[in-house]
Formats: sequence, C-alpha cells, structure tokens
Amino acid sequence: MPPIVRRTLSVLAAAGALFAAAAYAVTPGQLQAEYEAIARKEEGNFKGVSAVRGGEFFRSTHGNDWSCATCHTANPATLGRHARTGSVLQPLAPIANGERFTDPVKVEKWFKRNCGDVLSRACTAQEKGDVIAFLRSLK
Amino acid sequence: MNIERKRRLFDLTVWITAPLLVFALLALDAQGKSPNLMADNAIWRAECGSCHVAYPPALLPAAEWRQLVGSLDRHFGVDASIDNHTATEIDRFLAANAGRGEGRAAEAQPRITTTRWFRHKHDEVSAAVFRSPSIKTAANCAACHLGAAAADFNEHAVKIPR
Repeated sequence: MPPIVRRTLSVLAAAGALFAAAAYAVTPGQLQAEYEAIARKEEGNFKGVSAVRGGEFFRSTHGNDWSCATCHTANPATLGRHARTGSVLQPLAPIANGERFTDPVKVEKWFKRNCGDVLSRACTAQEKGDVIAFLRSLK
Repeated sequence: MNIERKRRLFDLTVWITAPLLVFALLALDAQGKSPNLMADNAIWRAECGSCHVAYPPALLPAAEWRQLVGSLDRHFGVDASIDNHTATEIDRFLAANAGRGEGRAAEAQPRITTTRWFRHKHDEVSAAVFRSPSIKTAANCAACHLGAAAADFNEHAVKIPR
C-alpha cells in the first residue's frame, strides 16, 4: 500500500493502543472524583471530601493497633516501612510516586486489605475520597 | 610391563579416579539438599512480594503453600486477600516449584523460619539479633541479605546491620 496509507494506519494504531492503555489507568484526581460521586449517592447530606479530615483519618487508629501512618508514616511522601516485616514501602503520596492511585483495581484491592486491618471493616467511599484528597494535598 | 610402570599406572588410576568418585558422590548428594531459589512468576512476585520478600517456593512443600494461599485473609495477622483468579495462578506456580518439605506436623500457619533447613542455615545468628530494631524478625530476609529481592541469598553477600 502507498506510504501515506501505511503511515496513517500506524499513527491510528499507536493512538488506539494509547487510548486502550489509558482506559485502564486514571489520574488520582479522577479516582478521587469517582469516590466523591459514590459518596454523594450513598450519603444524604454529603458535603464533599476533605484533605484535612483525610489526614486525621490517616494518622488515627480505629479500634486496632495500627493506623495508616503506622506503615505509610505520618509523612506519606517519604518511604514507609511495614510494621511486621520491616519491608520498605514506596511513598504513597502522588507527588512522590507517580504510580499511586492510577490503577483502580489495585487501589480497591489495597483499600480492602488495609481497611480490614486498620478498621476491621471496609472504608466508605467518603473515607477513601478523604484519604486520596489528603495524599494529593502533600507537596 | 615392569613393576615400576605397573605401580605408576596403579598410582595414576587411583589418584585420579578416587577424587573424581568422591566429588561425583558429593555433587549427587548436594542436589537433593540445596533448593532452587530462582523460580519466578510475575503475578506471584507482584502479590507475594509487596509486603515482604517474595519467599522462594522451594522453601516450603506444596501442601504448606496451599494452606497459606487458602488463608490469605488472615495471613500472620493481616489481610492479604486476593481474588480467585490470582489465587489459582499463584497456587499453580507454588505447587510446580515447591520443595520436598521436611515431613513435619501440620501447623495452623506454616513458617519458613521454623524449618530445620532455615534453622540450620542461620544457626550462627542469635534470636536477639533477629529481634533487633533494624531487623525485627527472621522473616525480614532483606535486612541482612542485600540481594534478597533478586533471590540472591549467598552467604558471602550478607551484611548484618547494627
């Protein structure tokens, strides 16, 4: 086929691949907005997420020994450390780690595990939104 | 052949064959004992290496791995649950690369650090050292085995932190 057709097709193919890849990735801001939308539906007088409330939530214990900060530290833009195994954890704040909160499946998996450990229950959409807002607020 | 040549021939044969035989026997014996630590799988490493070193499958028998994978929601005190599809893949990989095991009695949560093999390998390390703040637990391989993430546990690359 003539070169111009081949070039156009490859540009379209590349664009298609990028679009497909992007479809499975989000930005942290988009993820926060998704949780906000869910929270708005779930709670009657939902007033929006709060980075301040998220920070307090992150640093507090909730009935058990651990808080989020126990492993991810009170400054999650730095390296964390697993409280049991001693393993180093990559920073949780998007400013320090571009991969964080870009894969919705991964985010939900870790919320399920870690909220189960810290709160002995699932986190609400509001709590998840607050935490992401807090982490996004860190510079 | 005169007696001198016979003796020389005898000496040559014995002094070459005997060491070769001993070496061969030692090598065969060692095969069963030293586990292959290099088995790898992307899904297993992503899930099982996120909170601790991805412990090589050869260090436990398949039955004990199956026990662990089947109880990940209460995994040594934390929730490490995974979806069924991931569990199936990880279980398959572990079973295919598991060790022979030591025929020990079943425990609620089988540990690598209580196997005879592990204890023997670390018999020079006191419990106090394992408990020290920079190490915390014998399960924290990477604290001393600097190549642990690449399954390099060579004892000549060990540095015990203060």
